[in-house]
Amino acid sequence: MAVVETGAAAAPTVGVQPRRASRREGWQRRLPLLPALIYTIVVTQIPFLVTLWYSFQDYFFDVPAPARFDGLSNYKTVFTDPAFRGSLVRSVIMTVTAVIVAMILGVAFALLLDRKFPGRSIVRTLIITPFLVMPAAAALVWAGPMLDPNFGLLNYLLQPFGVHHVAWLSTHALGSVIVVMIWQWTPFMTLIVLAGLQGQPADTLEAAKVDGAGAFATFRELTMPHLRPYIELGILLGSIYLVNVFDQVRLMTNGGPGTSTTNLPFYLYEQVNDAFDVGGAAAAGVITVILTIIVATFALRMFARVFQFEEASS
Amino acid sequence: MSRPPSRLRMVGAVGCVAALATLAACSSSGTSNNSGSSTSSDSGTITVAVVSNPLITGQMIPLTTSNFEKQYPGIKVKFATYTEGDLRAAIEKDVATHSNAFNVIMIGPYEAPLFAKNSWLTNLTTQYIASDPGYDASDLLPPVAKALSYNGDLYALPFYGESSMLYYRKDLLKAAGITMPQHPTWAQVAGFAAKLNQPGKVAGVCLRGLAGWGDNMASLDTVINTFGGEWFNQKWQPQLTSPAVEAATSFYVNLIRKDGESGASADSFNQLLTLYGQGKCAMWYDSTVAATSIATTYPSIAAQTGYAFAPVDLTKSSGWLWSWSLGIPQGTSDAGAAWKFASWATSKQYDALVASKYGWAAVPPGSRTSLYSNPSYLAAASAFAPITLASIDGTDPDHPTVNPVPYVGVQYVDIPQFESLGVTVGQQIAGAIAGTETVSQALQASQSAASAYTPAELAG
Repeated sequence: MAVVETGAAAAPTVGVQPRRASRREGWQRRLPLLPALIYTIVVTQIPFLVTLWYSFQDYFFDVPAPARFDGLSNYKTVFTDPAFRGSLVRSVIMTVTAVIVAMILGVAFALLLDRKFPGRSIVRTLIITPFLVMPAAAALVWAGPMLDPNFGLLNYLLQPFGVHHVAWLSTHALGSVIVVMIWQWTPFMTLIVLAGLQGQPADTLEAAKVDGAGAFATFRELTMPHLRPYIELGILLGSIYLVNVFDQVRLMTNGGPGTSTTNLPFYLYEQVNDAFDVGGAAAAGVITVILTIIVATFALRMFARVFQFEEASS
Repeated sequence: MSRPPSRLRMVGAVGCVAALATLAACSSSGTSNNSGSSTSSDSGTITVAVVSNPLITGQMIPLTTSNFEKQYPGIKVKFATYTEGDLRAAIEKDVATHSNAFNVIMIGPYEAPLFAKNSWLTNLTTQYIASDPGYDASDLLPPVAKALSYNGDLYALPFYGESSMLYYRKDLLKAAGITMPQHPTWAQVAGFAAKLNQPGKVAGVCLRGLAGWGDNMASLDTVINTFGGEWFNQKWQPQLTSPAVEAATSFYVNLIRKDGESGASADSFNQLLTLYGQGKCAMWYDSTVAATSIATTYPSIAAQTGYAFAPVDLTKSSGWLWSWSLGIPQGTSDAGAAWKFASWATSKQYDALVASKYGWAAVPPGSRTSLYSNPSYLAAASAFAPITLASIDGTDPDHPTVNPVPYVGVQYVDIPQFESLGVTVGQQIAGAIAGTETVSQALQASQSAASAYTPAELAG
């Protein structure tokens, strides 16, 4: 959301200007946007500066002493903390696995939903439902009724196959969390790919049929290239959201057992909430932002390429 | 062609910076501190932070609406209910930053003296008890009252008090030909658990595994203490990789992994109470207060339940000492109403009220001496009242271990750093219980977490 807001406010300063507008005219254009710009700066940049300031302080909630300047020691602690590196790696594993699997499933569901069959609209609604459930509610349903080792539905269903009392959230914690992420994000991928499929011109497909192409060849040679920008868009948006996943981690495993499901957002939360280490959390947050900017720069380049591709193809 | 990417990149960078706003908003602490002026007013709305244990959610909260608010029409009580770990984090942040979102907080023997030392709590003895003869503070159980005091003054009122003990199913033990001694050893318990365990049906023994110093570490600490281990030696050097701690932790983790409940790393008091109540545990080592919940919620299981003292190894007794108690943060608004509520919920009259509504067996145990000479209570709770009282009296937070230690506390170390150190170690142990790491890996990581503090810092 912040991206959109900032985009709207910052656009005029770098926008395309066909002719040199006078100073006065420029300000007349900018003036109505200024409140939004100022608001955005106040709510984003001031807290960021405060966070930067905190990241150089030795400040714990639970110690009555006031904050004091501590140089770079918070940054040193974060970089030497194996828990931070571990959570970074886990964030990458969770995001990459969830996005790729959700996309594969999304393409498969989209292809099935693109066919005409009775009850298609009901099936489509059902498939979209997981995406509409609140992440917190979904996480609680999965952690309790679905995956509970003693009373869970999954163990009950797997009983005929010789699976007994598997404590999914203890022995396969990371896998379980990723499965729930996939469950929730597959519908999103399905929707995007389905939109792409429905935008595929019918005459091309007909021509392929006339030329004697089989179903698989048509898919590989025509549908897949057509879907590529949609798939890239889905992967990009999915990654941006899933790298921030918190609800599932907090509510299903609380980052555990041990630290086996602690990702970056949960690590930051723990630094403040359980360790009361404001300085350390701020330093970890600043490092996270720097890393995110690096990743986002590459991702947004790809984003731009997708749209160029789109323009060129249409 | 290069313009769109560069523009998007800049927008993205600003947007990412915005993501930090949330974090900074959390960390900018409010410093407004209205130092308690309205101590005499007996009206207002008070917010009470409580732990989501059955005696609170099932009795205190409904009775507050049905009785307390009728008795004091000017006072409105709002409850904020948390699990144990979340409650600690919420209260610590609230009290330390003087945000004063809570007028009454539920704390225990770990927090009361530490918070009092930092002047975060109201001195109840001088502020209220001295001028409120109706509140019989001399009736509070001495070990519990002592644990909640700082420099001889009470800073929290016990809602209930607890030690730890072993619950067992008499029917299942009889069927297996086992006689439970009154004072079992951990070796005996492990032997019994192996015989009683029926995988998929009934766990041999149910033990806490959920990460948290008040969760899995509470149980494990009592095992470590009786195996001859300790958190720190006299010089405040961490001892988490000592042979005794290693032996105790391996014992505990192996016992759960071999004959304990499945998914133990997610289980603490409330989860295990449900499991035991549904007949899925042959034995269960946990708080003495569970007896009250078993008796009132699961009568058929209660009829088959036997009670034994906390299992031991090298020491004579090894039960922990805890009490969920009500304290009033320093400088809170409506302090008069807060006192009214805290004193009401921990009074003899409250006990009588619970007895009239839910029966004598349901009365919060372990806080008042008079309860244990009340014939109606002793008749209703004869099975577990004497062992609860004896367990609480048998605890010694000043000398919890085999070797002398510089700290106070059976299942905790009463230093501020323990709040986060205890959670870190609890996570490692939960990892070992779930099998994501070995016991020695978990203890190595715990030892290095404890070594991050210098002995001088820990000594305070």
